[in-house]
Amino acid sequence: MSSKDGYYIPHRATWPWVGTVGLAIMLAGFANVLNDSPIGKPMMIIGFATVIIMMVGWFTLQAIESESGMYNAQVSISYRLGMMWFIFSEVMFFAVFFGTLYYIRDLSVDWLGGVGDGPGRSTNMLWEGYQSTWPTNGPGNVGGDYEPMGAFGLPLLNTLILLSSGVTVTWAHWGMIIKDRQQLIRGLIATVVLGFLFVFFQGLEYHEAYSEMGLTLGSGVYGSTFFMLTGFHGLHVTIGAIMLTVVLFRSWKGHFTADNHFVFEAAAWYWHFVDVVWLGLFVFVYLF
Amino acid sequence: MSAVTSAHDEHDDHGPKKGFMRWLTTTNHKDIGTMYLVFALVMFFVGGAMALVIRAELFEPGLQFVNPQFFNSMTTMHALIMIFGAVMPAFAGFANWMIPMMIGAPDMALPRMNNMSFWLLVAGGVLLFSTLFMEGGAPAAGWTMYPPLVLQTGNSLPFAIFSIHLLGVSSIMAAINIVATIFNMRAPGMGLMKMPMFVWTWLITGFLLIAVMPVFAGAVTMLLTDRFFETSFFDAAGGGDPVLYQHIFWFFGHPEVYILILPTFGLASTIIPVFARKPLFGYHSMVYATIVIAFLSFVVWAHHMFTVGMPIAGELFFMYATMLVAVPTGVKVFNWIATMWKGAMTFETPMLFTVAFVVLFTLGGFSGLMLAIAPADFQYHDSYFIVAHFHYVLVPGTVFMIIAGTYYWLPKWTGHRYNEKLAKVHFWMSTISVNVLFFPQHFLGLAGMPRRIPDYAVQFAEFNMISSVGGFLFGFSQLIFLYIIIKTIRGGEKATGEVWEGAKKHGLEWTLPSPVPYHTFETPPKIK
Repeated sequence: MSSKDGYYIPHRATWPWVGTVGLAIMLAGFANVLNDSPIGKPMMIIGFATVIIMMVGWFTLQAIESESGMYNAQVSISYRLGMMWFIFSEVMFFAVFFGTLYYIRDLSVDWLGGVGDGPGRSTNMLWEGYQSTWPTNGPGNVGGDYEPMGAFGLPLLNTLILLSSGVTVTWAHWGMIIKDRQQLIRGLIATVVLGFLFVFFQGLEYHEAYSEMGLTLGSGVYGSTFFMLTGFHGLHVTIGAIMLTVVLFRSWKGHFTADNHFVFEAAAWYWHFVDVVWLGLFVFVYLF
Repeated sequence: MSAVTSAHDEHDDHGPKKGFMRWLTTTNHKDIGTMYLVFALVMFFVGGAMALVIRAELFEPGLQFVNPQFFNSMTTMHALIMIFGAVMPAFAGFANWMIPMMIGAPDMALPRMNNMSFWLLVAGGVLLFSTLFMEGGAPAAGWTMYPPLVLQTGNSLPFAIFSIHLLGVSSIMAAINIVATIFNMRAPGMGLMKMPMFVWTWLITGFLLIAVMPVFAGAVTMLLTDRFFETSFFDAAGGGDPVLYQHIFWFFGHPEVYILILPTFGLASTIIPVFARKPLFGYHSMVYATIVIAFLSFVVWAHHMFTVGMPIAGELFFMYATMLVAVPTGVKVFNWIATMWKGAMTFETPMLFTVAFVVLFTLGGFSGLMLAIAPADFQYHDSYFIVAHFHYVLVPGTVFMIIAGTYYWLPKWTGHRYNEKLAKVHFWMSTISVNVLFFPQHFLGLAGMPRRIPDYAVQFAEFNMISSVGGFLFGFSQLIFLYIIIKTIRGGEKATGEVWEGAKKHGLEWTLPSPVPYHTFETPPKIK
């Protein structure tokens, strides 16, 4: 039967449960590592490898099905909805850490320094003489002396890199639409390179923070929020760059058409989302 | 021309394969729905057994059966299992089974992801259970896991946190799938405002899940890094704030409790019209009330922390916002009553449970209003009054409707009618014992008995004893439920397609034969 006329419903799925087993083993392994148990590391490696195998297998299956025309317009809408809501869940995940930063900077550090103290408020009694400032590593000088990360230099360079990658991915999309394979592939290569370049510079920045500035994950709440926000963002840039790499390889192999390239769009949406998060980070973590 | 395509080498239109591989690899919404429901039923008994450990220990003052650490593990695990293992999977099971049939879809929108969301739930459950056997015991700081107490948990902490991550991913996947199904898979002609109420409430619930499960994941991730990676999010010495955790947790936690109740509302709005033989009163206002409740759920979180030391403006805002919730909820309760008004009512078991739900849930809602009043809450906070309150909305509320939904659709799923007489015994046993169990806890709380305590002052002895007797009665009454379900699956009087008199008018699922064929609505039905 031709697939154009029906909603494709797969029967018998292997990869979902393989992925589940892999994830479970990987996380159980990580928990064992945290508990200093020797079986942790091998478990983590086996679990991670299983997850990678699942991803390769599942992506390949989807690519084959998509190229053989099994997904009609309605299936494509399901995928789009899925990706949109997934990105929404990611937005909420980052909202937690932005909210944390806001609460700490604008409310709780001030309270810790005695702002708003009145009869019955005892905060500053516990940490007498603590002056609330930002950045801070708290009244306990947790993690020792450190230097906060400036906005100009590597972070500004990374902002430019990520913004340009937003342009190149759109240029690639134009290539897809006007059926210019060359432009599509060149645009994607540029985007992927810029993406990994961003990750590389972030690694450099972290290295500098740890080795020269005394700024670590343990540098009180400034270090915690700084590394948590930028670290999760960097992880998402990596994920987005991997997605785009997959899209690049598929474009190379001649996959996608002007009106059937959901995966490209999904990766591009994700890339723009990561971009917007970075702008938020640049303003609230680095600049102010 | 078929409206559904399958891969060329697959021909299971004649029915599913047999054995374990059928269930492991299935992408069929009915199979996955069944697995969710069976999982939920098992967890319901496991979590219930833990509740009985708690009630046994509290039967008399003093320490009799378990040590305090294990007692605290029981309260923590009971809550986590009931919320994430029993109630949410039960609703996911109903959603999987019924939503495609209610909207005339061939299956869920993303069938492979559907399989993964179920198995991730199992994986998360396994990780959570493994903590019971670890050095330092299972998590014992309460299901809310407040720091700094929770950071003292032994080896089980990272396992509990990762199990929450897995359960969260599972819920988000299930929710995305359900939302995509509802938006994209409706039969032609079924506009949004023609959808059954159960579908509507699940759409809103799905949105809530996608919005807040990542928030919970973020909160527990910060617990993990505070414990193992030297961060100071919740440590004042490093400039953090333990109260921050409570804010984040309840920003998740309050929408979460609505995730547990909104599908319940949908079930009540589904069942009452059938047995009152009238259309649902005020369909549009029901939809809008659900949306308003979902919106309000995001702006009331701090009523869980009135005593933590918030600025007075915060106390006032969260107090009034919380009271506002009573308005849309009231709309719903009055609509249910108006639907029953002058209806040709009959009281089969699903309806009995639903009527009990309307009454007893409202009672739980009233004690919620008492708790919403900030100055009064200073007295009730962390007492048995709050335990009584949320158990009234969750047990004779949510759990009763899960039971009602099971009786309502069991003939459709299995093709057999259940034993009505025995089911009515189950209803009366449950309804009487649940009140014996939870009503005295109001008095205990008002008299000052704190929650999460294995021992108590002698003055609380009588009411605790009554409550424990009710608890054991309620727990063992559920064995009747289990017996009825097993009997009905294995055989019994054949059910017609319509099952309930006149049900065809109330939903597409009743136009199908009972038991439902493995594949349904491969060609979308026509909606008038």
